[in-house]
Amino acid sequence: MREKILYSLGIVAALFLARNIWKMLVGLPDEAFQGAIFRVIFFHVPAAFTCFACYLTALIASISYLKSKNLKWDSLSVSATEVGLAFGAANLVSGMIWARIIWGIWWTWDWRLTSSLICWLLYAGYLVLRRAVEEPTERARLSAVMSILSFSVVPFVFFSIKWFRTQHPQPVLYGEGKMDSAYRSMLYINWIPLLMIAVIFVAVRMLQEKRQREIDALRRTVHAF
Amino acid sequence: MLFFRQVATVAAKDLRSELRTKEALNASLSFALVILLLFSFAFSPTSDMTREISGGLLWLVFAFAGALILNRSFARELENDCLDALISSPVSSPALFLGKALANYVLLLGIEFVCLPVFGVFYNVSWAQQLPSLALVLVLASWGVSVVGTVFSALTVNMRLRELMLPMLVYPILIPCLMAAMQLTTPLLAGEPLTGDLFAWLRLLVGFDIIFTALAVVLIDTVLIG
Amino acid sequence: MRALAVEGVWKFYGDYPALRDIGFDVQPGQCVALLGRNGAGKTTLLRILAGLSRPSKGAVKVFDKDHLDRSARSAIGIIGHGIGIYDELSALENLRLFAGLYGLQSPDKAAHQWLERTGLERVKDGLVREFSRGMRQRLAVARAFLHRPQLLLLDEPFTALDDRAIALLQSLLKESLAQGSTVIMSTHQLREALELATHVVLINRGKLAHTGLRTQEMLDDPTYLYRTYGEA
Repeated sequence: MREKILYSLGIVAALFLARNIWKMLVGLPDEAFQGAIFRVIFFHVPAAFTCFACYLTALIASISYLKSKNLKWDSLSVSATEVGLAFGAANLVSGMIWARIIWGIWWTWDWRLTSSLICWLLYAGYLVLRRAVEEPTERARLSAVMSILSFSVVPFVFFSIKWFRTQHPQPVLYGEGKMDSAYRSMLYINWIPLLMIAVIFVAVRMLQEKRQREIDALRRTVHAF
Repeated sequence: MLFFRQVATVAAKDLRSELRTKEALNASLSFALVILLLFSFAFSPTSDMTREISGGLLWLVFAFAGALILNRSFARELENDCLDALISSPVSSPALFLGKALANYVLLLGIEFVCLPVFGVFYNVSWAQQLPSLALVLVLASWGVSVVGTVFSALTVNMRLRELMLPMLVYPILIPCLMAAMQLTTPLLAGEPLTGDLFAWLRLLVGFDIIFTALAVVLIDTVLIG
Repeated sequence: MRALAVEGVWKFYGDYPALRDIGFDVQPGQCVALLGRNGAGKTTLLRILAGLSRPSKGAVKVFDKDHLDRSARSAIGIIGHGIGIYDELSALENLRLFAGLYGLQSPDKAAHQWLERTGLERVKDGLVREFSRGMRQRLAVARAFLHRPQLLLLDEPFTALDDRAIALLQSLLKESLAQGSTVIMSTHQLREALELATHVVLINRGKLAHTGLRTQEMLDDPTYLYRTYGEA
């Protein structure tokens, strides 16, 4: 039943995404200065939002795990982190493609790029840490601590790196960045299917984690005989 | 009062056993020297450019050398199950943690004050011009490194590939701290005083130290007692 | 007042329950043999009692205080698989360290007294690294008894020890019991443990299989317990 709901949601999200892509390719004109590549932003920015929503979810799940010791929260934490990393990678890669065309380089050590990369590495470390611990309860406990520490360092990373000069376009939603309202609404509208996809992925991963725990418990029961 | 006595007891214990074997100290110091040597191949050691990145070089050396010290910190307790004996004693987890962090701090500062003159000689840097300010930066940034490093030393102590895990997890978290230290150290090594812009970095260091000390003290019980 | 109260303790590793609803009381002065096959959960339970681990559910009270409480920890002495002694410190430094951590009034006096007790006074300044196995074990015993614990938790105490250390441990245990201390030991060596024990707790695959007085049948036939209470 739960799986059916997830799959139907997935179909809705895919259709929504297809509609958005159609709209942004056919309905929207090229941007005056950047041309066709400008459309990357409709994935680049929502992917960043989704990524940070996932990291925040992982933080809340980790704190909840330490409070309740319920392994469901641990499943949520690892699932959200993995999906967050995927969207973080989408954000970084789409940005690099855009940068190659507009700036002529794949990468620059601008504060936004650098801090996104550092966050990505922090959470990749979380996954590496998980692989190094065998016992599920201990893994949940230690990785929850890691998740909390990772999230706590994010503001420091942002502040410290921001003090370097930046060449990244100004934030479009706050600050001095300007964007046409048609583009802006497209950006928001395209966030919806991406967020839906993230939620579906997290839900599927949580199911997998639950099965994994059951398998692990069975294995331990067998070993105990 | 009892709390601080226990912190001191644990720190003294760690320092005594480290100074007796000098395992981590020797490894860390010689590692630091090797890196200093290797850097001389990567950059022309006397050029102006090197002067401009001197703070960065120095803190990379400290960070690498520090990882060896931090690795030993809790690994030391594994032999003979000493960690169990410590935890089962009436020492609270925060006291145990702060004691070990303090010991690492002292060792790290020791290594830094040995490396500094060596660095000065090899790279023709007159590091003593702004000594009080430089000492302040070393003192603040090393505490950040020690606190975060000690938490991760505890976190990774029972893991497979512990020696690899610690630096892998700890360096990304330390980036703001190391970056502030580098930004501050470069002008200080060049003899410039601490002025306007640099205070922002100093504030960042202080903030980092306070936040992560607090987080560590709150979380360490969860890390140590499963 | 109960020396130890184990109340509905569960311990999960993931979804696997390593301990299931363990509950028993121990009165002061009792000596409990904690028995069970390999992997039954003896060490898991002892680690929880010693405050090295938290139960997933349930509670452990040591003299009516939570087992993680400072006062509970002060009352407990442990001998585990490792000796819990630092190789690179001297015998005296080790004992002084733990005397300090337990907040004893005169750490020096206590350390010297226990070095004498365990026959290590002569080598008090020698590094533990250079000690023979037996000497290290005796020092571990001294470390566990140093703060006059009212509750002793011993995990397989007789397996790793040599004859002299066993004799020392047994005499110290008898003395402590006579003074009203409480002893809980897990063990394979049924005979040695059962001779000392006043009570037994048998754990079978994480569950409490039997708890009660140590009877003569158990002494006469070590397999009696296992035959009678589950587990063929």
